[in-house]
Amino acid sequence: MLSDTPRAKPALELRDVSKQFGDFQALSGVCLRVEPGDSILLYGPNGAGKTTLLRVLSTLARPSDGKVLYDGADVHANPTVAKAAIGFVSHATFLYGELTARENLEFAGKLFGLTKSPERVAGVLDIFHLQERAETPVRELSRGYQQRVSLARAFLHAPQFLLLDEPFTGLDAASTESLQDLMRSLQGQGKGLILSTHDFEQGRAIAQRLVALEGGKVRYDGPIHAAPLAALRKGARSQESEASSTALPEGGGISLAVGETYGRND
Amino acid sequence: MRTLGVISAIFVKDLRVEWRHRETLASMCIFGLLVVFLFNFAFEPAGEERLRLLPGLLWIAFAFAGVLGFNRSFAAERENAGLEGMRLAPVDPGAIYLGKMLANLFFMGIAEVVVVFATSLWYNFSFIPALGWFALTTFFCTLGYVAVGTTFGAVAANTRMREVMLPVLQFPVAVPIFIAGVEGTTGALKGDPVSDYAGWIKLAAGYSAIFVVLSYLLFEYVLEE
Repeated sequence: MLSDTPRAKPALELRDVSKQFGDFQALSGVCLRVEPGDSILLYGPNGAGKTTLLRVLSTLARPSDGKVLYDGADVHANPTVAKAAIGFVSHATFLYGELTARENLEFAGKLFGLTKSPERVAGVLDIFHLQERAETPVRELSRGYQQRVSLARAFLHAPQFLLLDEPFTGLDAASTESLQDLMRSLQGQGKGLILSTHDFEQGRAIAQRLVALEGGKVRYDGPIHAAPLAALRKGARSQESEASSTALPEGGGISLAVGETYGRND
Repeated sequence: MRTLGVISAIFVKDLRVEWRHRETLASMCIFGLLVVFLFNFAFEPAGEERLRLLPGLLWIAFAFAGVLGFNRSFAAERENAGLEGMRLAPVDPGAIYLGKMLANLFFMGIAEVVVVFATSLWYNFSFIPALGWFALTTFFCTLGYVAVGTTFGAVAANTRMREVMLPVLQFPVAVPIFIAGVEGTTGALKGDPVSDYAGWIKLAAGYSAIFVVLSYLLFEYVLEE
């Protein structure tokens, strides 16, 4: 008798992943499973490992230990399949300033092997409300619009998972709200969303699940409504104030290196 | 077919970016012209003396223009992590290498034409009689130089002293190409029988083939974080 058990949706998974940069342990024994439809807030102070975790998930960085799996297979053994399923929005935009928004998206379309690239580009320009700015060189766009183009680029190949590394940085309130609406819409389409931020309120507006990172380790992974927020925030504040106190120069004054004692953003 | 599409997309993208800001090609040409111009004051060669000096002069100009070009090529990628953007796509890293290499070869070709033209004016020397073999020699030597320069340009792009690191890494490896370039160019410009300098052209062609293939296969590890 044939089984009619439906095939499980392909998940993106970190299994006991550690990442080291020289002597610095950025991630330590992280286990995380993301399925299409999940919306995860990756929360933690500066230096917690959020960016590193997203870079490892996106295949840009290899773990020092452990495995990154997509649909049960190691992503580094067959990166093509995994990369087609992942879209990543980073601190960097991955855009070319001299090219227009449309040209950047068309270039990305060719990299991702989209056969109907012009139509797809027109579609995402519409989804992300970029039609009026489509022929403007990216370097002439505001930060908010550059972020939209970056998001459009990540979405262009219809990935199953979107990884967003502090996407609200540098945006005003109106742009933030607009971006949050877009993310809810993507989530509504069944995309797996991982959003990293050290601003809890911005992320809470979108996510259902919270993964709290501290010192490269997962402190909490569960529903956002059940998260011990006070303890997590206290931990985040004490880690940041500890970092800032060690970063103060002998003569006093304010250091800009809060949370960056190891010289890395995350 | 998809790999060809990716190579062509990267090549066209580099040309388009360069057309919009024109920094790379302009600096390569100006630097090459400056070398030729200064040497003209330093040596003022005439007659047979020109045939002795011109090949070395040309390859000094090409070498330094190339270093500028390779550094600028990856500076543009570094600005907004363009290389990482390409790595996020399901493309063969070797295709990224070939796309960048072909664009660098194109820019080097233009810079070389400008330098050769200026040399023919300033030194009152005609390249026309030897144009065919000179062009063939220059093509293979440039191909080898660009193959190596593109790879080391990507390596140096992630280092702190990248403008210094690139020539430090690249020049020792590129020495055979420079020697072949100077010797082959000397033979061609003197009008020697082809058999006298064909070995240098074959050396350049073989060197180019080896380094293009090696770089294609190893570029994945060059890009890795």
